Amino acid sequence: MKMANGTNSMKAPPFPGTRGKSAALVRQKFIEAQEYREKLQRGLEDPNKAPARDIGMEALVEVLEGTRMVHHHTHRHDDIMTVLRLAREFGYRVVLHHVSEGWKVAEQIAAAEVPCSIILLDSPGGKLEAIDLIFTTGGVLERAGVPVAFHTDDGITDSRLFLRMAALGVRAGMSRGAALEAVTLAGARMLDLQDRIGSLRPGKDADFVVLSGDPFSVYTQVLETWVEGVKVFDRSDPKDRLYAVGGYGAGHGQTPYHCCFADEEDQP
Amino acid sequence: MKLACPTLLTLILVANLSHSAQAQIAVRGDRVYTLAGPVITDGMVIIRDGKIAAVGSAAELVAPEGFLLLRAAVVTPGLVDAHSTVGLSGSFNTDHDRDQLERSKALQPSLRAVDAYNPQETLVSWLRSFGVTTVHTGHAPGELISGQTIIVKTVGTTCEEALMVSDAMVVSTLGQSARKRGKKSPGTRGKMMSLLRAELIKAREYAKNREKEDVSKHPARDLGLEALTAVLAREKPLLITAHRSQDIANALRLAEEFKFKLILDGAAEAYLLIDLLKAAEVPIIVHPTMARATGERENLTFENAALLRQAGLLVALQSGYESYVPKTRVVLFEAALAAAYGLSFEEALASITLDAARIIGVADRVGSLEVGKDGDLALYDGDPFEYTSHCIGVVIEGTVVSQEAR
Repeated sequence: MKMANGTNSMKAPPFPGTRGKSAALVRQKFIEAQEYREKLQRGLEDPNKAPARDIGMEALVEVLEGTRMVHHHTHRHDDIMTVLRLAREFGYRVVLHHVSEGWKVAEQIAAAEVPCSIILLDSPGGKLEAIDLIFTTGGVLERAGVPVAFHTDDGITDSRLFLRMAALGVRAGMSRGAALEAVTLAGARMLDLQDRIGSLRPGKDADFVVLSGDPFSVYTQVLETWVEGVKVFDRSDPKDRLYAVGGYGAGHGQTPYHCCFADEEDQP
Repeated sequence: MKLACPTLLTLILVANLSHSAQAQIAVRGDRVYTLAGPVITDGMVIIRDGKIAAVGSAAELVAPEGFLLLRAAVVTPGLVDAHSTVGLSGSFNTDHDRDQLERSKALQPSLRAVDAYNPQETLVSWLRSFGVTTVHTGHAPGELISGQTIIVKTVGTTCEEALMVSDAMVVSTLGQSARKRGKKSPGTRGKMMSLLRAELIKAREYAKNREKEDVSKHPARDLGLEALTAVLAREKPLLITAHRSQDIANALRLAEEFKFKLILDGAAEAYLLIDLLKAAEVPIIVHPTMARATGERENLTFENAALLRQAGLLVALQSGYESYVPKTRVVLFEAALAAAYGLSFEEALASITLDAARIIGVADRVGSLEVGKDGDLALYDGDPFEYTSHCIGVVIEGTVVSQEAR
């Protein structure tokens, strides 16, 4: 369940106009979900008392039951604390997204045992809530004992350079082990998919990358990418290389390479 | 942790002693990239009264008594960002700090950057902390002529203190981002070129009439036409941001007609026009390597700078202009990726030092470590391009301005 607080979700009505209203709306909604859950339980005893199906409420009940996780957009330290407060009140499992000021409340995030999926930017600001975003966030959270993953938010940063973010985390004090985990297993755990992906173990999906060198070096290139035992990217293939490096036709709509390889069999 | 290394302790000591006062400094590096010759192993740079007094091997040069000694694994010239809007655009990205683009008219060459630059903008010190000491900044791409630019050092509490060149260039944009919507002008590429040509012809006539002997026949002063007069007289370049090959070709045609000094900016598709660009001998300030491949940049490549450089063109990299996040890019990071995609280490370093200084016209003062040039240095604890290296010190005109490991 994707949720957000802070300025992204504050707009003209019916959106909240303040942080207080924002939290009140969320609390009201989850109280309704709690009541709906009680009606569902009464319905189990007496089918005549079952509520009409409400698929929105059903999804929120899954959040209350812990079978569905909340992924929560939040930047500012006070907004982070609000997420922790509401998650405690309603008992939902939450992963924090972005967490630009997480370094200011790392101990509190650790005490709540809440994992963080963070993003680093080449410079702070650009939006007011990211004004105190710094490279050190990953290291500070790691040392506080918070599980840390990175995300690209592609559009914001380039997913082709995903490893770069972990490397910048190392630059600013993250351990190399935690940084590598932050782009593999930690992310898998935050999706409840750690049994299938995120590490190389017998029985797990055969998803892996072949790198030309140190994962945290700028000079290292992704040579191959495999998904479930199938090679889906090969840098030595000109079509794949165009997509990875750029060039004429690379950004052409949804068909990144068809336009430029007229002799290819897969020409539409 | 790196915090225990002697370099940092030295720097902290230096900072305490010198604070903001100009110091006499000797910088010793395991590898000193002067950009004026081969790398010097165990090299030394001596800065006296803000200027470089000596460069050479540490075995041959002795730091004069009383000089503060800084040490680093790698020493380079202070980095030169060939094109930015930093200081006009700020980190808050609200009306409070958005002075990079005035949208009321398509042609506004009269807008000076000195009147809009905020040297205390936090993004300026952010760039500085990674080794950037000189920035060419000013009005942003996005209008046919959006205004003027300046060249500054990344220090100073006022624009005047920061200033190297107060009227560096006039900046123009061709293509989609200069196009107005609806029935506003210019709505097409043909109209863009016609407006530019008409304005340059007007400036030529204006200049001629201002030179008439009979002062009573002089036209009234026009600040916009004055700026274009300087362009036509080749006193300052016209920097044209253009990404599509057809817009680049339009820029070349305009420069051919009016004989101004053209600097091509952005130039995502420049690699498609290498022969034309070589014939015109145009210097190119290539888009940030990590610029996103959207809109008119859909055909950009990480290898653009390398393809142009290998063809013999003079190339610099830039931090560019970002409307959202990251609010500014850092040329060190852009050059790093260019080095991973075809530029040699030395070529990539030149694209953010000497070649950048050459293109923006300040190579007599900055961009290389040579006797008589400004004492601007960047210190790193390893390969400056490696993601995991740190900038551990920055010196501007003999003053240590940053020592936080970044």
